[in-house]
Amino acid sequence: MVYENPDGVRIGLEVHVQLNKLNTKLFCGCSTKYHDSEPNTHVCPVCLGLPGSLPVINEKAVEYAMKIGLALNCSIVEQTQFHRKNYYYPDLPKGFQTTQYDFPIAGEGKIVIEGEDGERVIGITRAHMEEDPGRLQHMGSIDKSKGTLINYNRSGMTLIEIVSEPDMRSPKEARRYLDKLRSILDYLDVFDGDLEGAMRVDANVSVFMGERVEVKNISSFKGAERALLYEIMRQKNHIRRGGEITLETRHFDEARGVTLSMRTKETENDYRYFPEPDLVPLRVADRVPEILKTLPELPDAKRARFVKEYDIIDMHARALTTEIKVANFYEDVAAKVDPKAAAVWVADILKGELNYRDLNIDAFNVGDIAEIITLVTEEKITESSGVEIIRTILDNGGKPQDIVKEKGLLKVEDDIVAKAVEEAIAENPEAVADFHAGKEKSMNFLVGKVMQKTKGRADAREAREKLIAKLSE
Amino acid sequence: MITKEEVEHVGWLARIEIDEKESDAYAQKLNSVLDYFEQLDEVDTENVPPTYHVADIMNVFREDVVKPSMPQEDVLSNTENKQEGNFKAPRIM
Repeated sequence: MVYENPDGVRIGLEVHVQLNKLNTKLFCGCSTKYHDSEPNTHVCPVCLGLPGSLPVINEKAVEYAMKIGLALNCSIVEQTQFHRKNYYYPDLPKGFQTTQYDFPIAGEGKIVIEGEDGERVIGITRAHMEEDPGRLQHMGSIDKSKGTLINYNRSGMTLIEIVSEPDMRSPKEARRYLDKLRSILDYLDVFDGDLEGAMRVDANVSVFMGERVEVKNISSFKGAERALLYEIMRQKNHIRRGGEITLETRHFDEARGVTLSMRTKETENDYRYFPEPDLVPLRVADRVPEILKTLPELPDAKRARFVKEYDIIDMHARALTTEIKVANFYEDVAAKVDPKAAAVWVADILKGELNYRDLNIDAFNVGDIAEIITLVTEEKITESSGVEIIRTILDNGGKPQDIVKEKGLLKVEDDIVAKAVEEAIAENPEAVADFHAGKEKSMNFLVGKVMQKTKGRADAREAREKLIAKLSE
Repeated sequence: MITKEEVEHVGWLARIEIDEKESDAYAQKLNSVLDYFEQLDEVDTENVPPTYHVADIMNVFREDVVKPSMPQEDVLSNTENKQEGNFKAPRIM
């Protein structure tokens, strides 16, 4: 099946990734751990742009940027330097943002996503380094604000801006791209994606090969999908009514789920980019071989290895490798029990129970799930008892062995089942007669009786087999 | 040639209000500066790579080690417009 893309949708994304796992900001020694701090307590003359202050680049930030570039299959530029992007907006107190312009640290690359009709290659245009601006808090809503509070704790944090080609054809593909990007970045261990503002998205979207509209202020992946759905609908309606789409920037209002025109008059030329004289150029391409050695096995490679090494199906391998934490968890479990059973239990059952409770894999431990899987594969408990134990641990805590005892989940011994079968037959001659007369439903009644007598600990399938065997004697 | 309109546009970018009389004066002054710099056009730079930095040095790095930040009261000491530890600016947008 080929996806037709009926509305000619083209989406390109600009993703800002905050490297919050660095100890310090991009150009100064201020700590990056400001998230729970008072406003303006993680700033210095460099972040404030005070006269006479001199930025010096964080070496580790450059290494992380190269790592990200290489993981996205980008080329690393021979020589790069920073530029000043001039604009007057109080999120940066200097009057400009220090960013990269004509020589981004990482050039063309690509990643593969699960598209509308199978695997799809999404081109990466570039990835460059820049400083994060401070945080503005509008007093009241953005269009009726009475004033603005400014906190520069975030100002000067390292951002990597990853720009894609307009290769996505639907909000769903955009979402898949974001998920894949997040997955790769998590594998690289360069940022904590759960921290507020760790990944921010701007989207460029057009329909029917028309002009593109930039949508800013998208704060989550779900928000990106919603903003795109709205914006595509708005553009289509506008064209249908005889309107024309022109190049513009719109602001996504998360609460209302709509995009609003920002009516900015600034164009690229207005930024008056020029080389940053306070920072010397960087020549770091010779470090590429060294950095390549530090790259971990990435999601696609891990998925292929899981299929081969553990002999599991691709669907499970994909589910298990999206998050690095889940992949590591699975490998630890697979080392203790049958890897195929482990894949089913971790990918299908445990992940489902965790998602339902909005928990991540840290909420469970490897030893417990391995024990549950062993109990099931050794036929000491039923599969549904296994699920019950997982639910109990997640909801109330406890250990598998104790829960088995408390809830009496051990499958009853064969002779107890046999005895229950005999009793069920002896006590229900009518049902037995119905069964012999060909009324299959009476079997369900007899199985029910056996389950009642064993307090549900017998395996229903086994009870049915034993009943049929007995009645056919 | 810098026009009056360009002066006004640059003024807008810098969020500075420039009135009619001023924009004329600034246009004249800026043009005389540009005329002066035009002398540089006489130099043939066809095969000269652009200079991004005057000092011939590269790769000046800093280790990723935390240094103390400034106390909040020092950070805010240059402004009268503050609220709960934040700088306060007029309504934006």
